Amino acid sequence: MLAAIGVESLETLFDPIPEGLRLRSWDVPPGLSEMAVCDLIHRLASRNVTSHASFLGGGYYDHFIPAAVDALSSRSEFYTAYTPYQPECAQGSLQSIYEYQSVICRLTGLECANASLYDGGTAVFEAATMSIRLTNRNRVVCHPSLNPIYRQILDTHAAHLPIEIVDGDEPQDAACVIVQNPAFLGDVADLTTLAERCHAAGALLVVSFYPISLGLLKTPGEMGADIAVAEGQSLGLPLGFGGPYLGIMAARRRHIRKMPGRIAAATHDGQGRKGYVLTLQAREQHIRREKAMSNICSNEALCALRALIYLCLMGKEGLGEVAAHCHSKAEYLKSRLGRSGSRIRILNEGPTFNEFAVQLPRDASYVADHMLGRGFLAGLPLSAVGAGGPNDLLIAVTEKRTRDDLDDFAAALEAETCS
Amino acid sequence: MQLIFEASRSGRRAIALDALDVPESPFPKALCRAEAPALPELSELDVVRHFTRLSQRNFGVDGNFYPLGSCTMKYNPKMTESAAAERGLRDLHPHLSTIPVYEPCCQGALALVYDLERLLAEISGMRAVSLQPIAGAHGELTGVLLIAAYHRDKGNAKDTIIVPDSAHGTNPASAAIAGFKVIQVPSDKDGTIHFDAFRSVLNDKVAGVMLTCPNTHGLFERDIRRIADLTHEADALLYYDGANFNAVVGQCRPGDLGFDVMHFNLHKTFGTPHGMGGPGSGPVGVRDRLAPYLPGPRVVRRTDIFTLETPPKSIGKSSAFFGNFLIAVRAYAYIRRLGDQGLKEVSAHAVLHANYILARLRGAFTPAFEGRCMHECVLTAAPQAEKGFKALDIAKALLDYGFHAPTIYFPLTVKESIMIEPTETESKETLDAFCDAMLEIAARIDKNDASLHEAPVNTPVGRLDEVHAARTLDCACL
Repeated sequence: MLAAIGVESLETLFDPIPEGLRLRSWDVPPGLSEMAVCDLIHRLASRNVTSHASFLGGGYYDHFIPAAVDALSSRSEFYTAYTPYQPECAQGSLQSIYEYQSVICRLTGLECANASLYDGGTAVFEAATMSIRLTNRNRVVCHPSLNPIYRQILDTHAAHLPIEIVDGDEPQDAACVIVQNPAFLGDVADLTTLAERCHAAGALLVVSFYPISLGLLKTPGEMGADIAVAEGQSLGLPLGFGGPYLGIMAARRRHIRKMPGRIAAATHDGQGRKGYVLTLQAREQHIRREKAMSNICSNEALCALRALIYLCLMGKEGLGEVAAHCHSKAEYLKSRLGRSGSRIRILNEGPTFNEFAVQLPRDASYVADHMLGRGFLAGLPLSAVGAGGPNDLLIAVTEKRTRDDLDDFAAALEAETCS
Repeated sequence: MQLIFEASRSGRRAIALDALDVPESPFPKALCRAEAPALPELSELDVVRHFTRLSQRNFGVDGNFYPLGSCTMKYNPKMTESAAAERGLRDLHPHLSTIPVYEPCCQGALALVYDLERLLAEISGMRAVSLQPIAGAHGELTGVLLIAAYHRDKGNAKDTIIVPDSAHGTNPASAAIAGFKVIQVPSDKDGTIHFDAFRSVLNDKVAGVMLTCPNTHGLFERDIRRIADLTHEADALLYYDGANFNAVVGQCRPGDLGFDVMHFNLHKTFGTPHGMGGPGSGPVGVRDRLAPYLPGPRVVRRTDIFTLETPPKSIGKSSAFFGNFLIAVRAYAYIRRLGDQGLKEVSAHAVLHANYILARLRGAFTPAFEGRCMHECVLTAAPQAEKGFKALDIAKALLDYGFHAPTIYFPLTVKESIMIEPTETESKETLDAFCDAMLEIAARIDKNDASLHEAPVNTPVGRLDEVHAARTLDCACL
């Protein structure tokens, strides 16, 4: 190859790098064999705890993932492809995006969805800027139900934009009110009245939802939301210490041209065969550059595929069943913990889905530490995320917890809080 | 091919849960959805067959040479997939990093984050790296937010970011999303940044300059040293877009070139798969003066214990935890496997392969710029277009030869642009087969072979009507 190029050495090819700027030395270790790397990673992995019965949620949940999700998303025709720039050889990707958009619409009761965003928190930021584009207003109202981490992500990304971010639920002069359902502390609400108030004031309602809960709960669409966003992790994605996850976004059909991210659409070829392409690309950075709706390029397409496969495996009845199990099991635990004579106080007054907050008679971190010794991840001490007092603990229950898990957990938590 | 919804049959189930082992608690009716979500009803085999068939309608690196310029479609070693499948990483709850009492439960993961951030800093000549940004463009946005925070903290009234016209679209978009005005600088005839034009727009309102090096013309920026010096004299910061880092990894380091802040594309340079368009990973790296502003919390080492600390002037959170952690695990495995020597060979062979393709195609096709290239070569199909065959026709023809097309119509600075990035992982035989196909297409164009306008014919569908798609906007089966 060197001869064809007309140079004598590989070194010559790097002549354009100015002398004096070439790498002299670095502290990068020598390479390892595949066997040694596998051993290294295995040793690191075994220093983590994943075998405890988990009651830890806080926006990220330990749901069951059917084997077919891994098997199908591991097909290299999917995971070693890139963005479908050449649609004729990417119909697998494009049709899966179209089907994903379809199931997200069916789940949320809205009419359009994009191909994915990064995660639940950045999706809130994108929904805020989309609302600003749609209303020409610059105030964003964050309801106290919103995950405090999402709020931090929103603040970080908007720090230098002419956006005013305020707390509360007052839609007057606002681009949008962003509300979460179920709330971070677990409460479930009907947002219909809030949606009406928003619309009367010329503001949009953005709902951050929990996908699994929509097997059961009233949809953002039914309640009058204009934009719905979510952390899609619960739909067949492993917890993975924080990612990769999936930012879901759906909206009213009339807002599609202001939506960020890729969108697939159906069309046909010259012979009338149905096919799919990316559409409305003039919204995007590779065409519009600094005038684009968003800077997003790579998204979370493979995670969206996993969510689609998960929803297809669960199906119409199955998703409702997962949601019902999560709820019934959480209610069972709630009633166990809150029974008379208990020193554990349930903080939620209204209905909750699969997560609820309790106040313990002692420091929640202290109790969580001791519960580790009994084989439980007891939940999220709320003071750690600024969402409660030192004794408050957020407890999540998924379909994976058995009645024995729940009974043992309740007994252990009672023992730790009495001693 | 039919939609999955068309395969649905009432009552069919793929997954059954165990019978509910606690009393059923119905949810208050007023808060329930009116009808169950209209998800398809299928057996597991229905689902498996549908998605297996869909996958067969895709090109991927494992099956096809994929010389998509600026995307670094290298082979992704299978070992990195097994690494990410380790239960102790895959099933780890991220909130274990949220409170100190849980930190003993995630020491292995924190150690990995710490070590990968340290290695990336060493590889790039940066002071510190944060894994938080989720994709390359998200890394850019985080980097620009760091630049903004730095100037705000210093009391500098700066509102402008400079980008060259050859930059990826994400650069100006990220600068604008962060709240900056964008000034575009033209390229010189040789394909590098027009230095005098750059100097003329640099003033005290400029907060930062975003460069890709080598740039999207596949050329190392000739004036990089002068650009860095002038940028710093104007009290602006220099941003390195890591999209093309595969060209120089192990040969030079952005930190040594004078860059203050950069992002990495782990899915380009560090061997993690591209997943149909994501998940990627876009860690951000900074030199000393931006380190206090990094997103937090950060993993720090206290003798043998890893714990978390938020930098004093942190911009906050780019993402909830440590970005796309399982992608970072793959990149970590890749870097440890290749090591010192292996990483240097990555760039050496990537540049060798691109130049080999350029040498073989020169003559039949017109290089957009004189001389040799770095890791990718940019051709212009303008002469072919004059004969009635556009870059698009060439790209579509390549699909029929079993190759993914190069990037076309980018960079925007080159007419009828064809941007070829072969990467280091391909064999000479594959490169030759690709070049043979390109030369055959060139010969067919010379013979005015109208069938090229019909390509591709060997793919599941032919050219699709994008105008119809945009007009009807059928974006979901409701």
